[in-house]
Amino acid sequence: MRSATQPAGEPAEPFAREQRPNESARPTYLNPLKVKLPVTATVSLGHRVSGVLLVLALPLLLWALARSLSGEAGYAQVAAWLSGSPSRVLLLVLAWALAHHVVAGVRHLLFDAGIGTRYGMARRTAWAVHLLTLALVAVAGFALFGPAP
Amino acid sequence: MKAALSGLRAWAVQRASALVLLSFTLYLVVELLLHPPRDAAAWHAWVLRPAMRTGLLFMFVALALHAWVGTRDVILDYVKPFYLRLAALGLLAAALLATLICAAALLLTP
Repeated sequence: MRSATQPAGEPAEPFAREQRPNESARPTYLNPLKVKLPVTATVSLGHRVSGVLLVLALPLLLWALARSLSGEAGYAQVAAWLSGSPSRVLLLVLAWALAHHVVAGVRHLLFDAGIGTRYGMARRTAWAVHLLTLALVAVAGFALFGPAP
Repeated sequence: MKAALSGLRAWAVQRASALVLLSFTLYLVVELLLHPPRDAAAWHAWVLRPAMRTGLLFMFVALALHAWVGTRDVILDYVKPFYLRLAALGLLAAALLATLICAAALLLTP
């Protein structure tokens, strides 16, 4: 809440903001690192983070696709790049992003159909999202870092 | 600021593109796990056969739309100042359009 006697500069509470018209003067506390997050919140947060990661990775993946199709030399270059450890770690992160985004997305689509919207079910399906994602990431990890076929 | 694709239309586009992407991703993952192309020539032939070109083109269009709706939501949530928001959305639109054009160029050249 602002008043003429308050000094200008950073507000004391994190994420505090100017009061807009029709808004109450009650303070808010929205620091995601300090607020207790139920499992449904972590699924939602992961859904957003994974989406952003995938969008950021898109140009890189398209470049790799184009390069790998441009001839023997291009294919070899992409294969060499993919076989390095940093790239494989990146691919594992992207595998998590894709897995979490798709599984959480399916949960969203089920919500759209009215399935699982009660809080008890929502919590259980949220846990299922995390577990299924981990299983898929484990498979990807095995494919990326396990023994060569 | 009324963004292009808002409200129910954005929701519908997001869900429809999600279904397209889901089916295609599942297909790709299963196919690549069962029959991975072994070398450059096999990879080239597999990706650039007509059916796959069409499918991939569909996928990239759906991807651009899906990414637009989703990322626009993120920008609208966190970027409040008007001109910053305009710049961020413009950058996103340009990046997605460029990606789509590059993908189309790749998939439509013989």
